[in-house]
Amino acid sequence: MILTVFHATTYRYDPPVRGVVQSHRLTPARSRGQRVLDWDVAVSDGVAGGGFRDGAGDWVQSHSAHGPLSAITVTVRGRVETTDLAGVLRGHRERIPPEAFLRETPPTRADVALTDLGRDALAGASDALDRAHRLAGAVHAAIAFQPGATHAHTTAAEALGLGEGVCQDHAHALIAAARSQGIPARYVSGYLAMGLADGQSQSQVQGVMIGAEPQQVQGVATDYEAAHAWAELWVDGLGWVGFDAANACCPDARYLRLGSGLDSRGAAPIRGIARGAGAESLDVAVAVEIAQQ
Amino acid sequence: MTDSFNEMFEGERIRPPYTRLGDWTESMPQELKRLKQAEAEALFRRIGITFAVYGEGGDPDRLIPFDMFPRVFTQGEWRRLERGIVQRARALNAFLADVYDRGEIVKAGRIPGHLVWRNEAYEPAVAGIRPPRGVYSHIVGIDIVRTGPEDFFVLEDNCRTPSGVSYMLENREIMMRLFPGLFRENRIEPVDGYSESLRRMLASVAPAKCSGEPTIVILTPGPLNSAYYEHSFLADLMGVELVEGQDLFVEGEYVWMRTTQGPKKVDVIYRRIDDAFIDPLCFRPDSMLGVAGLMDVYRSGGVTLASAPGAGVADDKAVYVFVPEMIRFYLGEEPILQNVPTWQCGKRDDLRYVLEHLPELVVKEVHGSGGYGMLVGPKATAEQVAAFRERLVAHPANYIAQPTLALSTCPTFVDEGVAPRHVDLRPYCLVGERIELVPGGLTRVALTEGSLVVNSSQGGGVKDTWVLAE
Repeated sequence: MILTVFHATTYRYDPPVRGVVQSHRLTPARSRGQRVLDWDVAVSDGVAGGGFRDGAGDWVQSHSAHGPLSAITVTVRGRVETTDLAGVLRGHRERIPPEAFLRETPPTRADVALTDLGRDALAGASDALDRAHRLAGAVHAAIAFQPGATHAHTTAAEALGLGEGVCQDHAHALIAAARSQGIPARYVSGYLAMGLADGQSQSQVQGVMIGAEPQQVQGVATDYEAAHAWAELWVDGLGWVGFDAANACCPDARYLRLGSGLDSRGAAPIRGIARGAGAESLDVAVAVEIAQQ
Repeated sequence: MTDSFNEMFEGERIRPPYTRLGDWTESMPQELKRLKQAEAEALFRRIGITFAVYGEGGDPDRLIPFDMFPRVFTQGEWRRLERGIVQRARALNAFLADVYDRGEIVKAGRIPGHLVWRNEAYEPAVAGIRPPRGVYSHIVGIDIVRTGPEDFFVLEDNCRTPSGVSYMLENREIMMRLFPGLFRENRIEPVDGYSESLRRMLASVAPAKCSGEPTIVILTPGPLNSAYYEHSFLADLMGVELVEGQDLFVEGEYVWMRTTQGPKKVDVIYRRIDDAFIDPLCFRPDSMLGVAGLMDVYRSGGVTLASAPGAGVADDKAVYVFVPEMIRFYLGEEPILQNVPTWQCGKRDDLRYVLEHLPELVVKEVHGSGGYGMLVGPKATAEQVAAFRERLVAHPANYIAQPTLALSTCPTFVDEGVAPRHVDLRPYCLVGERIELVPGGLTRVALTEGSLVVNSSQGGGVKDTWVLAE
């Protein structure tokens, strides 16, 4: 399958700021499941910094811009050929051992409820893959998809308590429950194509910035999130396997993987910090489409 | 403490390195000693060398007590120590290079993976990144204790930003001013080459992208930090800028320093800021001390950080137990310096032993430093032991235990004259293109009679440390 991606993020500053530094995890790594045909990340202002492949196999590219700056736009355009591997990450080169993904972070800290959910889900499981599927199923059942119920800094425990959330919350909860049972797990950010090239899959995106709360988030909201997030769990014998607890499935050819981390902050496609006191607002447009062949 | 090794006296006999000091102290009238001690204190005050004690309140500019009686090693004793320290520094760096790459030592089953990968100090953000010359810990401070003429043990390793080297340099400076005659009568190896060695080492680990003479800076959290004096002292001695986070910024592929002549590219940062605070973009977003974007520049080879973020996983007290294994695994050598025998309370059998022998043991927090979270069994009250027992049982994996060592003593000036007090030693090993250390190091002394805690934060003092030339 060939996916086309258009993803534009505009940060606006009022009053203008003195400068901006960003760290981008916006370039898909090559693996058996995805092959980049064209890919371009353009920034409206400033200069590119150094880029490097991190220990988890993701390309990280830094970018900085001088002020005064009232807005900066990051635009991603690309085409990627994807293959359905039932969520299994194959041929992805990385250094970090799975055990390093057992540590807790603030949003993925397992409270009693998450630990119980993890333990109950594993009762009667037959093998490692079955365990992972049961965990993902339990999180899907416990948290209803409900945009607006949570925000960028909601923790896994809070989302489970609410029983509502979006993909970020499902991913955090699955990660926390898995780690509480000794299963390495990590957060994956990426894209999800929800339909053919008819412009229907535009959506808003949240949780990709730090340093300031977005004052307002604009964009075309739909039922789906083209900028998506899911979790990967370590399954002995298979390696890393993706689980999208929000949609109760494993990633297939409609999914495009950008990068991973211990939590949403670690895997964020764009992290940025502005120098100056300007209030920040965010504008995001994402369209991910299945190219007509 | 009659059974501890006295470094000066063997019964009535004076051990060789101290021969000339016997006459010196005997011939010095009590009044002169008092005058000299007052002069030393005035000098320290004038220089401004002070040490704030965390968590104790009181005077943040308190002087660390200086004892005028030097601690002396023979050339032979030092040579052996030096070989052992260099060996250890090589092994610790090889370990760091390995655990941030393929982790062969874990795969080989020589150290449990969870002690590395689940360690708070293991930093996934730098996995797969190879720093210049493969060096992670550029300044290794190794704390050494002595229990007999030939018996030296490593108490702990400090791979991040070991402090105290300014005391080593100042102690010598003060001693030479107070007692110039001593330095004519004894041939003592100099220590004042340290700052030049440090500068040369830092220059030798400049990034490959740096052409020409590298620009070196020291990055400090600021004047409120307890070691700020040391940061500014070392910057002065090396002739490099002392900067705070706000003096640096990232643009393009590099880190820049604001100067009156405009931005200047920085190549090597000797940072005295903890990992968590150096880059709000990568680590703690609330940090005001660091430089946004620094980690991306570092990881893409635009600047060197000394020490490397994540170096602390090598000096963790639970990892310490495995340093002799590291020496065998990476260097194929037997350790020259031994570890203190250590019980890992996370192991059930070890914990049982520790709980049964608590009043005899020293128990330390695995991630603690500075002597705060520890129990010295023989010196503790029954209530203190009982309170510690509860903490230990609640979180056994957070603790290690060691026998209470009979630390060696060195003569020390006290109110009644001269008396033996327990000492340890922290030499500073520099790792860059070469590995080198100045002869000696910082001797810390427990000034209270019988006390074994030498930490300056717990009322310890310091001494000049001599290595006699051949």
